[in-house]
Amino acid sequence: MDRTERLARIVADHAFREGPLLPILHDVQHAFGGIDREAEAAIAEALNLGRAEVHGVVSFYPDFRDAPDPRPEVQLCRAEACQTRGVEALVPAAQAAAGERVRLTSVYCLGLCSAGPAARRGGEVFARLDEAGVVRLIEEA
Amino acid sequence: MTKVRISDDALAVACGADAVAAACEAAGCSVERVSSWGMHWLEPLVEVDGIGWGPVRVEDVPQILPGTGSGAATRSGGVEGHGRDRVPSRGLVEPPVPLHQPAAGPLPRSGEALYVGPIAEHPFIARQQRLTFARAGRTRPLSLDDYEATGGWAGLRRALALAPDEVVGEVTRSGLRGRGGAGFPAGIKWQTVAAATGARKYVVCNADEGDSGTFADRMLMEGDPFALIEGMAIAAHAVGAQQGYVYVRSEYPHAIAKLSAAIELAAARIAPFRIELRIGAGAYVCGEETSLLNSLEGKRGEVRAKPPLPAVAGLFGCPTVVNNVLTLAAVPHILAEGGAEAYAALGTGRSRGTTAVQLAGNVRHGGLFEIAFGITLGELVHDIGGGTASGRPVKAVQVGGPLGAYVHPDRFDLPFDYEAFAAADALVGHGGVVVFDDSADMAQMARFAMQFCAVESCGKCTPCRIGSTRGAELIDRIRLGARGLDAVASLPQMHNAAKVPRSRAEDIALLQDLCETMRFGSLCALGGFTPYPVLSALKHWPEDFA
Repeated sequence: MDRTERLARIVADHAFREGPLLPILHDVQHAFGGIDREAEAAIAEALNLGRAEVHGVVSFYPDFRDAPDPRPEVQLCRAEACQTRGVEALVPAAQAAAGERVRLTSVYCLGLCSAGPAARRGGEVFARLDEAGVVRLIEEA
Repeated sequence: MTKVRISDDALAVACGADAVAAACEAAGCSVERVSSWGMHWLEPLVEVDGIGWGPVRVEDVPQILPGTGSGAATRSGGVEGHGRDRVPSRGLVEPPVPLHQPAAGPLPRSGEALYVGPIAEHPFIARQQRLTFARAGRTRPLSLDDYEATGGWAGLRRALALAPDEVVGEVTRSGLRGRGGAGFPAGIKWQTVAAATGARKYVVCNADEGDSGTFADRMLMEGDPFALIEGMAIAAHAVGAQQGYVYVRSEYPHAIAKLSAAIELAAARIAPFRIELRIGAGAYVCGEETSLLNSLEGKRGEVRAKPPLPAVAGLFGCPTVVNNVLTLAAVPHILAEGGAEAYAALGTGRSRGTTAVQLAGNVRHGGLFEIAFGITLGELVHDIGGGTASGRPVKAVQVGGPLGAYVHPDRFDLPFDYEAFAAADALVGHGGVVVFDDSADMAQMARFAMQFCAVESCGKCTPCRIGSTRGAELIDRIRLGARGLDAVASLPQMHNAAKVPRSRAEDIALLQDLCETMRFGSLCALGGFTPYPVLSALKHWPEDFA
């Protein structure tokens, strides 16, 4: 199945929903790693929207990207509760461990606020991190 | 075979519960994965016949299992090395490990450091008044049998036997108010939707729990998802809605998985009402109800001006109930026989029922504490939370998430009550309590609040979009003591700008003025409440801004 067909399939899968754009964008990003111009145009066409409208939505939400990023991602929580538990002191070591190989991003709350510092790697979550712990989870990403 | 209960809540899993569960299974136990009791400092908490052990690591497993053959065999294997390395890393003093424990004898004394005792009688649990979290720690989250056996669906059964307006009446009588932060009476909201006319009506559950220091929604969705589903079905009956949506943030993969499975399992039970799960995409502002509705519609998560209220013109312009997870999950209890009166009998003033306090941040005994409104902040932080985890003095607590005020220990007499907090220029919000020790720099926290607002602003209104950036710059200027004339202000065409640099006092007055503008001029709580942490930090800890 080529790209166009896969895109059309994703859009069709959500056609029964009310307000299907976000579920479609999640699936497109999951399938292609990002939502580029062509994908935006195809989705816009299918939903009877302008490409600008679709692009406006894609660019509004931090989870959506316009281009694939093959690097593994690690999200480090840097919200207030994790700050009180010392996450800022871990940041330099985490950045050094991540380098260019791992996309290290900040997230504002993973809901693990009583056991921070916390991090997330895909579907995995980590808590009570110290420097060695955060470096290890980044290196294993 | 020994039956062991271990939570599969995301926090327990993040602390290693899966590996501990696997080790228990390898040792010949049958492991039941249940919801979390909410004693987070003890996770992973292992429960054997009602007796708890925690926080348990894989190496600890042989020491806490009763003397089964396999347990004893494993025990004599790795105990010695383990006993040595555990003491310093956990900072606990424990007696030496007896190596020649009889197979069927009592538990080795080395388990003492992990011994929690009968969990239900633990002071942290015994002191609570759990209604919304009555099943926490006790049931398997996705077991319909467990749910039914613990009173599940009783509220829905009774509600369906009542007329819709009687259901609304029960909710109004209970005094239940919105747990998302605004504290709006749920019964009145439902009444408005029930009375409104529209082609369709919706029940939307706001599960976009983005506030730092809050995790009660997450725990409820992961631990007791059927309660939320039942609450939504009751709401749907009360207002005449056919379709429900739960909007969960993408940062909660475990909650998404549990809820999605639960919705499928319960679909027949709540039919013809349908619930669909929708996943957010990383925007904090989508926790604001109108922004959430736009996001559900497939638009940018920009805030809408009110009126019209969502109750009148919400999702796709139709009358919509938008309630927080905890609000909806409190409803099954209220609709059960005598539930409304029992709920209203708890609490203080106009804050009725229970509140799910989330003790977080630098706190020794962090976790979920559900109790009737009226408990003081001091009791929560010191008596229940045990003070700071670092052992240093408490400097401040932030109640109600990133938009909540920093409360000084001087005001620890404040009772948990919407009105009392409002009178003290603070917010109950979603009930998150984040504890800071004396190493916190409150000016830095004030700047963080402005910066957070700048990053997360949806951009629709000027006070929030621009005010937050100017606010962060102003705080930098105050802290750095930069006294030069602003480059833009000194341009010749800036006729109205002062030509002498502002003094520190003038900068502070300007920051206060900016906060006033944001508070009264913003469209929603993001810009409107960011001044709370900023002004409270400035008021109580001016020395940090020097």
